[in-house]
Amino acid sequence: MNPYITNTPQEVGQMLESIGVENIDALFADIKPKHSPQSFDLPAGLSEYEVVRRVTQLALKNNVHVVPFIGGGYYDHYIPTVVGALASRGEFYTAYTPYQPECAQGTLQALFEYQSAMCALTGMAVSNASLYDGGTALYEAMMMAIRMTGRHKVIMDGGVSPIYRKILKTYTHHLSYQFAETPVVHGQSSREEIDRLLDRDTAVIILQNPNFFGSIDDFTDIIKKAHSVGALAIVSVYPISLGLLKTPAQMGADIVTGEGQSLGLPLNFGGPYLGFMCTHKKYVRKMPGRIVGQTLDAKGERCFVNTLQAREQHIRRDKATSNICTNVSLCALQAAIFMAVVGKNGLKEMAQLNLDKAEFAKQLLSKIKGVEVKRSAPTFNEFTVHLPVDASHVVAAMMSRGFAAGFPLGRYYPGMERYLLVAVTEKRTKEEIERYAKALQEVLN
Amino acid sequence: MEIEDNYLYTKEHEWVSIEDNMATMGISDYAQEALGDVTYVELPQEEEEVEQFEQFVSVESVKAASDIYAPMGGKVTEVNRKLEETPALINKDCYGKGWIAKIEVRDMDESTNLMSAEEYRSYLESLET
Repeated sequence: MNPYITNTPQEVGQMLESIGVENIDALFADIKPKHSPQSFDLPAGLSEYEVVRRVTQLALKNNVHVVPFIGGGYYDHYIPTVVGALASRGEFYTAYTPYQPECAQGTLQALFEYQSAMCALTGMAVSNASLYDGGTALYEAMMMAIRMTGRHKVIMDGGVSPIYRKILKTYTHHLSYQFAETPVVHGQSSREEIDRLLDRDTAVIILQNPNFFGSIDDFTDIIKKAHSVGALAIVSVYPISLGLLKTPAQMGADIVTGEGQSLGLPLNFGGPYLGFMCTHKKYVRKMPGRIVGQTLDAKGERCFVNTLQAREQHIRRDKATSNICTNVSLCALQAAIFMAVVGKNGLKEMAQLNLDKAEFAKQLLSKIKGVEVKRSAPTFNEFTVHLPVDASHVVAAMMSRGFAAGFPLGRYYPGMERYLLVAVTEKRTKEEIERYAKALQEVLN
Repeated sequence: MEIEDNYLYTKEHEWVSIEDNMATMGISDYAQEALGDVTYVELPQEEEEVEQFEQFVSVESVKAASDIYAPMGGKVTEVNRKLEETPALINKDCYGKGWIAKIEVRDMDESTNLMSAEEYRSYLESLET
């Protein structure tokens, strides 16, 4: 018998009989053969050294020496060494949620400071202690808005990351919500189409700043209109951009979410990343996720605890605000350290560098014959260029010259095959940007 | 365990006092004691139409968040705003100052679905055994 599966054949038989299924194969009959494992005959194990050698060989296939000009929601920002050094200390190095305030004050305080920093950054009054990533945070925010309004219609701006939009649709595939997507016109949200769709059935409008094409917008007018029909507004933001841009709170957003990877987390293959969520104080009991609160202990000294847990699933079961009450504490900790190290002025400077370098790149690229830098809307550190040929071919050719040239928009937007999304962070040097422009010119000629 | 004689009760431990067609409701002494210190009451909207036994309030305590059901169907005409600041009124005076909402009753016959104080007392005894 498999040591990890403790059911005896008799127990398996009893369970099958009780649900009226003949055998295990019949139980899994709904799974198509192409999706089921062909065999469970695994090869014999390897020695430690053999494994190290094999994995090293595989790792060498990764091209980690390209200069990245690719963003699309995840950015190559500098991570001060102190972030990793502190976060990997034994006292902190646990991914699991600290339930016991009597032995987890350090972690709880760090999470409280993370929440405080996120509030300062977004301008909102409360933040939870993090969610999985930007996409799932947006999903949770949407569900929160649906619960709060009791309405089922969701308007999604076409400038919201296509990855996020796919996550929302996947999660709600079996629920009867009505999704309406509005187009992006000249890089910005279509006010006209949003006006047409906003009605008293609308639960929420979902916006993103900067949008997926890199354009900056001020959603104040849209959010005001949404509120006038009793709908809520979610704005997904890129935290580094808030060093310069108007905050979502200033625009009137009800819920703010985003991907926190840019706050001190490395670009891994999809994670672990950091989802953040902030809202108004009056909505705190509607917000999913953990919240760390500050209080006084029996001696009257400041201490920290998980708070408002009565809305979470281990207490409220099916009526909980979410079926997730886990967070990504370690990533939130890294973000908290990052924000503390960089500081308020540092973040402003960092944002300004991103903007300036992206503008410099725009200048150089617009001088290349056949390249058109889209300028219909202002941008932060990412912008769209139109190429004379298919962008995915250009990306492949640039790769062999040592550059991750950008994100070919045709991958998510049919008809935009000749558009490339280019991101320029503070890490890109003048020399790298010049070499990039030169390489692009060579590739196109 | 205190039970108000002239009130009617539900199996979910709500009480209701009906005068003319106006029903004042709250949660019973048994319920407030089981919940422990009440920290937050999510009140319904005034003017909201509710069905009998429809969930329309939730009461959060240090231990749990519980759904509260409308003992009678009708229109919510008034909610106890004092609970927003002082949710502990439910613990202190559940049958008086801790009332939750007033409902303009749509159908008086629905009161036959409720228990008298006497029936509620036996019901509580049956729960204990």
